[in-house]
Amino acid sequence: MKILVFVNHVPDTETKVKVSGDGKTIDPAGVNYMLNPYDEIAVEEGLKLKEKSSGEVVVVSLGTDANKETLRKALAMGCDKAVVLKDNSPRDSFGVARALADYAKEYAPDIILCGKQSIDYDNAQVGGLVAEMLGLPSISVVVKLDVTGGVIVAEREIEGGHEIVHSRLPAVIIAQKGLNQPRYPSLKGIMDAKRKLIEERVVAEIKPRVEVLAMKKPSPKPLGKIVGTDTSAVPELVRLLHEEAKVI
Amino acid sequence: MKIIAFAEQRNNQFKKTAFEVVRTAKTIADRLSAELVAVVVGGNVSPIAGELGKYGASRVIVVEDSRLQNYSTTAYAKVVAEIAKQESGQVIFFPASSLGKDVAPRVAVKLDAGLATDCTAIRVENGDFVATRPVFAGKGLTDVHITSPVKMFSLRPNVFSAGTPSGEIAAIEKRDVSLTDADFTAAVKEVKASSAKKDVAEADIIVSGGRGLKSPEHFAMIEELASTLNAAVGASRAVVDAGWRPHDEQVGQTGKTVAPTLYIAVAISGAVQHLAGMSSSKYIVAINKDKDAPIFSIADYGIVGDAFEIVPAFSAELKKVLGK
Repeated sequence: MKILVFVNHVPDTETKVKVSGDGKTIDPAGVNYMLNPYDEIAVEEGLKLKEKSSGEVVVVSLGTDANKETLRKALAMGCDKAVVLKDNSPRDSFGVARALADYAKEYAPDIILCGKQSIDYDNAQVGGLVAEMLGLPSISVVVKLDVTGGVIVAEREIEGGHEIVHSRLPAVIIAQKGLNQPRYPSLKGIMDAKRKLIEERVVAEIKPRVEVLAMKKPSPKPLGKIVGTDTSAVPELVRLLHEEAKVI
Repeated sequence: MKIIAFAEQRNNQFKKTAFEVVRTAKTIADRLSAELVAVVVGGNVSPIAGELGKYGASRVIVVEDSRLQNYSTTAYAKVVAEIAKQESGQVIFFPASSLGKDVAPRVAVKLDAGLATDCTAIRVENGDFVATRPVFAGKGLTDVHITSPVKMFSLRPNVFSAGTPSGEIAAIEKRDVSLTDADFTAAVKEVKASSAKKDVAEADIIVSGGRGLKSPEHFAMIEELASTLNAAVGASRAVVDAGWRPHDEQVGQTGKTVAPTLYIAVAISGAVQHLAGMSSSKYIVAINKDKDAPIFSIADYGIVGDAFEIVPAFSAELKKVLGK
């Protein structure tokens, strides 16, 4: 099976967001980057599929040389080959999807896996955009996946429950937390990763259709009331919720 | 100019987001003297479609087919894009629900449109649409606009008001969109309702528990409080990772983003990743033993004390006050 996984290299969840001088992007100073957690789940699922049915897992990321750190992690987990699509220009989800879809068209995988969203810009679009660009079915927010003989049965998360979705390969599967528990790279995996190939390709700039006009931090909330320190405060709390906030 | 509002339904009942999206689209349409068209797709939705008139839609297009009773990514995307093209829709609003976030990107490619997802505000400025959307799990807010001729926005559930329903019933127009088996390449075969009484993503009130509860049995008092308030039960990542609660209940950066009217955080310290999932809540109550817990910095009301005593007292007081 030819398994293609899209991964993003993103600021980690501890990042303190500071708006940079241009007023539109975050200041990268002091920011640590990581393999996007949802994409890590996609990598793990790709590796499980390879273990089940043999094949290869190719992992692709759009960005710069910095993305290679994330690709090395995916290689260390067990992916066979990595590709970095290089472009430093501003891109929106559509632009990212276009570059990834173009690569996927060439590679012609049986299955494409990616995470439901990148934890930096939280757009949650790339999987669906790529699938439509390639004319493939897609299933998003997947928490359970079975692929047997080209037939897909997946469980996806909806409000108040799960949907069981049927589809066929080739398809795009968009991973949600809970789908699996990503493996830690073994020492051997880390050593092997150093020898694995990271192909570099330059991709053309695509002007964003969704443009950021400004970025700001949310206004801090005014300090709330500490109503008390023991059960004697409870009646007052209930009163405030009932009369002041009017929420109960 | 025509503005299109996708009204989500499930089991031939409108989701609350349908009313939020229609009302918001109507407000924008009025600002620009544009026409609003609502679109409903489903198995048997004619009986309910007129209800959208109460939220400002005077035209509702219905695409009805038994094959559309259950959701299908590819079929729904085809239908919505087809209607949008027929109507020459220039701006299209979706809910940023599970379905909305699934179908919108596919429609965006079909319409060659830019899509801004999970917007928490939208305004018209000098004839342009400016949407506000949270980034970095809500640590930042961006104002964005869309440069393509057709523009799509998905709206975060529970943030936009549906307003007060009027008495108007909208005229409905049934449309046919030709669909073959090939359009159902990803289709829902079955829906499994969760065992939870209320889903976190849709609840008006959430009572959430964290690691400070020390063991899974102590969630019983959280469930009791939730039941008294007719609320959903939420959980921090720590207790989900520990296996005490299902992932469905997790609120936070790698869980669900919620915006209830009231969020009660019990024994949750308030790590930035948790706040990312609930800071849009209208009112936040924190109950925690640690006066320095970060949760207090965003709480409207707090009690610094022992949850094991306070939560049962809270349930008891509520039962008294609410007459239960």
